Amino acid sequence: MRKSTSDDRPGNSKIEPQPRGARNKGNRPIDQAEAAERFLATPHHQKQHDERLWTLRQRRDDQMWSMPEWEQMRTLASAIKEHTLSHLDTYLEMFETNAKANGVVVHWAKDAAEHNSIVQRVLERRGARTLIKSKSMLTEECGLRADLAKAGVEVIETDLGERIQQLDGEDPSHVVVPAVHKLRTDVAKVFAATIGSDPDNDDPHHLAGAQRDATRPLILNADAGMTGANFLVAETGAVVVCTNEGNADLCANIPDLHIVSVGIEKLIPRSEDLAIFVRMLSRSALGSPITQYTSHFRGPRQGGEMHVVLVDNGRSERLGMEEFWTSLKCIRCGACMNTCPVYRRSGGLSYGATYSGPIGLIIDPTFNARKYSNLPFASTLNGSCTSVCPVKINIHEQIYAWRKVLVRKHETPFVKRAAMKAAGAVLARPAVYRATVERTNEALASLPRFAIYNGLNAWGKNREMPHPPAETFHQWFIKNRGGKR
Amino acid sequence: MSSRDAILASIRSNLPKLDRPLPAVPKFGDDSPANLVEAFGNALTRMGGRLLDPDFTGDAMGPVRALLEHSRLVCSATSEMRGELDLATVVYPRALADVDHALVRASCGVAETGSVLLTDLDLKVNALAYLAQHLIVLLDPADIVVNMHSAYARPEFRERRYAVFHSGPSATADIEGVLILGAQGVRSLSVLLVPRNATENAEAAL
Repeated sequence: MRKSTSDDRPGNSKIEPQPRGARNKGNRPIDQAEAAERFLATPHHQKQHDERLWTLRQRRDDQMWSMPEWEQMRTLASAIKEHTLSHLDTYLEMFETNAKANGVVVHWAKDAAEHNSIVQRVLERRGARTLIKSKSMLTEECGLRADLAKAGVEVIETDLGERIQQLDGEDPSHVVVPAVHKLRTDVAKVFAATIGSDPDNDDPHHLAGAQRDATRPLILNADAGMTGANFLVAETGAVVVCTNEGNADLCANIPDLHIVSVGIEKLIPRSEDLAIFVRMLSRSALGSPITQYTSHFRGPRQGGEMHVVLVDNGRSERLGMEEFWTSLKCIRCGACMNTCPVYRRSGGLSYGATYSGPIGLIIDPTFNARKYSNLPFASTLNGSCTSVCPVKINIHEQIYAWRKVLVRKHETPFVKRAAMKAAGAVLARPAVYRATVERTNEALASLPRFAIYNGLNAWGKNREMPHPPAETFHQWFIKNRGGKR
Repeated sequence: MSSRDAILASIRSNLPKLDRPLPAVPKFGDDSPANLVEAFGNALTRMGGRLLDPDFTGDAMGPVRALLEHSRLVCSATSEMRGELDLATVVYPRALADVDHALVRASCGVAETGSVLLTDLDLKVNALAYLAQHLIVLLDPADIVVNMHSAYARPEFRERRYAVFHSGPSATADIEGVLILGAQGVRSLSVLLVPRNATENAEAAL
């Protein structure tokens, strides 16, 4: 039998280095298409990414078909979220009262900076220098790690995918599977350089084992632990965290100090509502009936401390946006990302934002309309995101609505604006439209390639233009039906 | 104005002016499986857990004893079997770092997902269920409920400071989707179905 070496594998990094994400140019618009092009130019990465996420989508479908009440559950989930959001002040106060009664210290943070300074203060008061942490998109949103590093606190991510990304100095590319854009060879390279694993061994079991061994002493000796939260239950004051690795439970149950960072939109009223969301979350995300661990923290352990930081950071303002407030229903399952053809082929880092994929397209512009002005155009508007969303957010309609908002605010590039203006003029006049279609078909058939495939025609990138028909439908209709209706 | 009041004020001025009543949540148990024990076992197996075969010689704890035969360090949170490390002496959770096998009795099981519910009362030291290399759970078949809706109606979610569903061992598929058991927590989860009273007289040292 021939010995299998890493050179045999399609994803060998010697052949294909990992494509990096979008270039961050401060406040200037992220060029998602440029980063996507570089991802598409790495076929092994692109193929693994596409297939892995499509597998998750198919497993989600299997779960959906095995549950006759699926659509009823989606309707309930959406209704519970809309009710809670339209009474958010009441439920936040209810949560605060109950959490305090359970011995939890509740903090409120208006924005990312306030969140980070609250966390820093809580750590400082206990003299904590090391913090073990489970995955939280909110802390990514707030840039917590960088701020804590400045304050001399070492943060150790304990989710495998998130740890890979931290050690590689890269943001997570997906809300559920942060390193899904990486091949095993990429991970072997990162681990060899950072935790000293064998650079020639890219067996995922070996890599995961090396990480487990390297992280365990850090977990055992950490001064403090931090988790995010998937849900807050108002009537019981419970913080609910779902993981597959059990790492949130390690972070919360070993050090004496447990800090929870959570967005104010994560609230639900009752324990019985939790059943709906817990049944749908992992089925939508990974196609498993439930995560391996679903943990409910209601108060500190004996002799311990538990803090909850409720973070606004633009959420209360989003609540007032008539077309977009329902994006706050999101439970971060990632189903819309797994099903999106653009996301699967361009990778999460191409969006250059904390939230990528379809849900990112409608959330990111609320943080910075200029920087993320290109993102709502990274969609085919096929509506698949909307149909898989467990809480029934009309994602593709909001993507379209954002395009209108951004064009109105002139946050779109000149070429796109000029093209849209011309299209508007043509589409408003039937005679001009017919003449234009005829001329375009002739032009497509006769123009040299450079005139069709250039920087001004986005539809000519990475694909061939359709073959023009011999005649337009209108010409065919006149000829065959004599113009009679 | 404090941040708390500023946030609440901002929410109030932005609340959607819509009438969205809170719906009643049904229990969805109508087409539940006839045999809850079998459904539980199948679901647990799918999640990567293991249902231990019962012992027919009359020794209720026999299957657990067999698992522990070569264990380096056993720690038990249930009085139904004694371990080598006494949880009453544990001050810091990290003292459990070397535990090979942990043993605990679950509050309940869920047939839909193969989950077992463990609380701070069951575990005594919460970290036990994560620092041990292997976790063994005793579950009374009478404590199995049909689905998550029935599970969330239980009092633990209002009364306990900590309650957790374990559905299989610690797992990850973060590298190219390859499933790995024992990501950060326990490498295996074994469940023995044994009624609460069956072990009363069977307590024995290892």
